[in-house]
Amino acid sequence: MTTAAGAWRERLAGYAFVGPFLAVYAAVLVVPLIMGLYISLNNADLFGRREWVGLANYVQAMGDPVLHQALGNTLVLALLIVPPLTAIALMLALALNRPGRLAAVLRGVFFSSLVLSVTIVTLIWRFILVPDAGLIAEGLEALGRPPIPFLSDPDLVIPAIAVTTLWWSLGFPIMLLLAGLQQVPGDIYEAAALDGASRWTVLRRITLPAIRRTLLLVVMLQTAAQLQIFGQAQLLTGGGPGGASRTIVLYIFEVSFGRWELGYATAIAELLFGMILTLTLLQYWLVTRHEEPRP
Amino acid sequence: MNAPGSSASRLSPLATVLLLIGAAIMLAPMLWTLLLSFKSNAALMADSGAALSPPWTLENYAAILQGSLTMQWLVNSLIVATGATVGVLVLSSLAGYGFARLEFPFRRTLFVVVLLGLAVPEQAVILPRHQLFAWAGLHNSYPGLILPSLTGSFGVFFMTQYFRALPKELDEAALLDGASRFTLFWKVLLPLTIPAQATLGVFTFLAAWNDYWWPLISATTSDYFTLTVGLASAQMNYAQTSGLGFLMAQAVFASIPILIVYIAFQKQIVRAMAGAAVR
Repeated sequence: MTTAAGAWRERLAGYAFVGPFLAVYAAVLVVPLIMGLYISLNNADLFGRREWVGLANYVQAMGDPVLHQALGNTLVLALLIVPPLTAIALMLALALNRPGRLAAVLRGVFFSSLVLSVTIVTLIWRFILVPDAGLIAEGLEALGRPPIPFLSDPDLVIPAIAVTTLWWSLGFPIMLLLAGLQQVPGDIYEAAALDGASRWTVLRRITLPAIRRTLLLVVMLQTAAQLQIFGQAQLLTGGGPGGASRTIVLYIFEVSFGRWELGYATAIAELLFGMILTLTLLQYWLVTRHEEPRP
Repeated sequence: MNAPGSSASRLSPLATVLLLIGAAIMLAPMLWTLLLSFKSNAALMADSGAALSPPWTLENYAAILQGSLTMQWLVNSLIVATGATVGVLVLSSLAGYGFARLEFPFRRTLFVVVLLGLAVPEQAVILPRHQLFAWAGLHNSYPGLILPSLTGSFGVFFMTQYFRALPKELDEAALLDGASRFTLFWKVLLPLTIPAQATLGVFTFLAAWNDYWWPLISATTSDYFTLTVGLASAQMNYAQTSGLGFLMAQAVFASIPILIVYIAFQKQIVRAMAGAAVR
């Protein structure tokens, strides 16, 4: 066999190994991604009607009060979820990053909700939050207090969805942060202990800087996830009362599968895509701008 | 689990109490669900507080086993999640090996294109994908439910990293012995990646099992509902509390398979995470 033929075989082998994934990737991700840009420039419905309208869908989005309300709701939700989630997950990871039975059991408990689907989570929380049979209402009744209508009060519905989401989403950030904490070399701590550094100083000067990339990852992933929050709002409230808990993705769902305005829904989805990308890159830049370039 | 630095310090009593309260908050909703599932619908109609005291009953679970739809949804979820897991493991392992070990034109470019997929949120593709699948006649079918799970860039990235970490001497020795590329991959390297396969597999299974948005719009006939979509439709259909016990039994029932997977693989997940951290 000549070397030229060998190189050929090597190339073919390369494509044979990466080809199957790339074919699926191209057909089910890249093609829809490009189709989406095109559809968003059309007046399109779910049944194949297409009429070129240029940027009209995007112009409509700029002046759509329902979308503005949904954007506001989504941003408030993300703010009520991402910072507390990161802080609580960090505290729990610090507390649970130790050997022993108790810590192991507690890790299992705090990870557990992550295996549940959004349907189950909302099913569980609906019957905690509803005023006529919920767990909280039962507790209040025992104290002789009237029930609180968490899901039908426009001021309480967003915090209620935020708490539900916090409960559901804790596990994965704790896992990531625990893995990050395991990476911090132990001798740094020994040196700090020899220097008589307080626990607070150790946390601020050593632990947090050492896991800042993991923290960044948690914040980036959670921001992207919470800006796409959908199931909790759709299942718990249907976006109500009066749109007080309608999120952007719920609105996309309503516009596409309720009003059949596929072009407009796709345009909103592209705007959301741009927003997520911008925020993620911004967070990355803010955290890493003072760092030395990585090798 | 090793705990560098903090291993010497014990939890303070205050921290322990706070942790236990936190654990109670995590568990209380699940226990409440479990209790409700053991009460008859009629008893709960009168007062849901009745869940706290006997008599409890298994009638809701019996109703699930007799009613065919929940079982059908369970089977659908199992098929879809298993299909997604096997598919992701096969495609990611092949591609990971290719990107890590073989030389071919545009290798770097293609790898970057795959990595860019990590930045594409589901929302950017889900509506056009729905159009594409409608055109291809893939809605209300298992391939239609499984295929979107197979586009994940993370698996390829993860497996590429893992193959790169394996010593190259293994390849050279095997190739000198006259093994083909595929034999090398299949017989020599792949068995070494089993820890990575377990981690990737569990997370893929979880994600596919719990996916809601895609099956909600792709499976529109109840025969092809997955458990998430089926339970959502049940949740929407019931008036507030008329089928509460049954609904909660369905929730518990639907969580059992995933809890089994989670408990069975928990050690591997934690070890793999710690292992990834050591590298």
